[in-house]
Amino acid sequence: MASAAQGKELTARLAPKVRASESSSTVAGKEETLRFEILGLDFFYGPKQAVFGLSLKIPKNKVTALIGPSGCGKSTFLRTLNRMNETLRHTRVVGQVLLDGQDILQMDVVKLRRRVGMVFQRPNPFPKSIYDNVAYGLRINGYKGKLDDLVEHSLRRAALWEEVKDYLQKSAFALSGGQQQRLCIARALAVDPEVLLLDEPCSALDPVTTAKIEELMFHLKDSCTMAIVTHNMQQAARAIDYTAFMLDWKLIEHNETSKLFTTPHDARTEAYITGRFG
Amino acid sequence: MSDVRLMWRKSLNVVMLTLTGVAALAVVSVLVMILGYLIWNGGKSLNWDFFTKLPKPVGEDGGGMANAIVGSLKLLLLAAVMGLPIGLMAGVYLAEFSGKTFAFIIRYTTDLLNGVPSIVIGIFAYSLIVLPVKHFSAFAGGVALAAMVIPITVRATEEFLRSVPVSLREGAMALGASKWRTIATVVLPAASAGVITGMLLALARVAGETAPLLFTAFSNRYWSPGWQQPIASLPVMIYTYAIAPYDDWHRQAWAAGLVLLGLVLVANLGCRLVLNRRGTYRSV
Repeated sequence: MASAAQGKELTARLAPKVRASESSSTVAGKEETLRFEILGLDFFYGPKQAVFGLSLKIPKNKVTALIGPSGCGKSTFLRTLNRMNETLRHTRVVGQVLLDGQDILQMDVVKLRRRVGMVFQRPNPFPKSIYDNVAYGLRINGYKGKLDDLVEHSLRRAALWEEVKDYLQKSAFALSGGQQQRLCIARALAVDPEVLLLDEPCSALDPVTTAKIEELMFHLKDSCTMAIVTHNMQQAARAIDYTAFMLDWKLIEHNETSKLFTTPHDARTEAYITGRFG
Repeated sequence: MSDVRLMWRKSLNVVMLTLTGVAALAVVSVLVMILGYLIWNGGKSLNWDFFTKLPKPVGEDGGGMANAIVGSLKLLLLAAVMGLPIGLMAGVYLAEFSGKTFAFIIRYTTDLLNGVPSIVIGIFAYSLIVLPVKHFSAFAGGVALAAMVIPITVRATEEFLRSVPVSLREGAMALGASKWRTIATVVLPAASAGVITGMLLALARVAGETAPLLFTAFSNRYWSPGWQQPIASLPVMIYTYAIAPYDDWHRQAWAAGLVLLGLVLVANLGCRLVLNRRGTYRSV
């Protein structure tokens, strides 16, 4: 009964988890449990290098933001964390990305992506019903148990359940942009990832919807580590624990959000956050 | 000065609008004329016997083309069974897996195949299947038609798969779906409306083909059980009846033309209805 075992495993993963390989470390002067540790990461699109020697610690159950001007390599970096860049031809990664101490480059990519979910810039629901969108990740991972409860649970976590509970069989395209983005978050949450990568998730949304998603991120922190690429300075300052500033494909500065925004160490960081460029 | 220019611009506008409008009208009227002529002549000759009876011997009036209607459907079924899966899979390979050079070769070959005159495809099927077994057969006709269905299906599949946004594929892959899984469960369903329409167009296109059937399926004035005998089809019957010197045969040729058109139309409408109910993909 392989399917039943998998089902149990998935349900067990909904409970808070403690891993033997968890390591604690100092992040910006504070003691934190690490989820991701990136060491000397270089990334290449063919001959063009898009990330230079990046090292960064992403602590568990915290939100880490990546800020910086367009084209500075934030999204590229984020996409190395679940190896999404591998879907493009002629890409190359040098350096180490450790997830709970394990090198993700040595991992099975399917298992990695189940542990590290992703939400994209524009809502990208599948042309299926709301229910089937949320159930998609469970189904392709061979989960054969009762889906209804997990679908409801995921939609609740994404703060969408109350709005869609009577329309689960309707097409996901019938939803508004903000609802679609929360549906995409629910879809990512359904396989219960340890980490959620968010690539400018609010850039296509209005301020009210943006506020809803920030609120959501705040509540998700209890169960999920998040890394978010954002252009929204206020958002970075409000909901986010740590912020990393990138410029010209390098990490310039990484600190607690409040410190980075009030007392930046680097002149370039200060110039960026005060709006002098970017 | 500026008044003259304004007048000039306005009159040029009117002239161009008229020209394009007349051209559009010409297109529509050609179709309306064909349809009208077909319905007028075919409608007069269409009766219940046409659908239920076999052709009468030469010289006797009446009879029908029941065998040709069934024959055309059987040939289309063969073409669909052989041509659509190959076309679909080749299209998926072309859109999703092939590298640049190989894709160029496949696309170029496909376009060439699409451009091969249908009579040449007929000769090909004739020498490949009819000559070795020394008799005409429904199967040979099906192969000839399938060879014409394949290139249309390949290009339609490729085009509509490529129009599915990358973000959908990324969404599936980010959930841990393999490439193949992504194509089967997200990309193909998203493109299904277009792909199915393309397949239907391919079948509609070959439904009216005469040349490839002339010396493959040949024709038959009786029922043709199984797949190994010559079989009647509507286009070949139209050809035979239209050039015959009997008024009653001309009448029946018109009726056959109308039925052929009706078949294509019903298939088209039916498919559209199904697709509309299922809801098609639209980008966000």
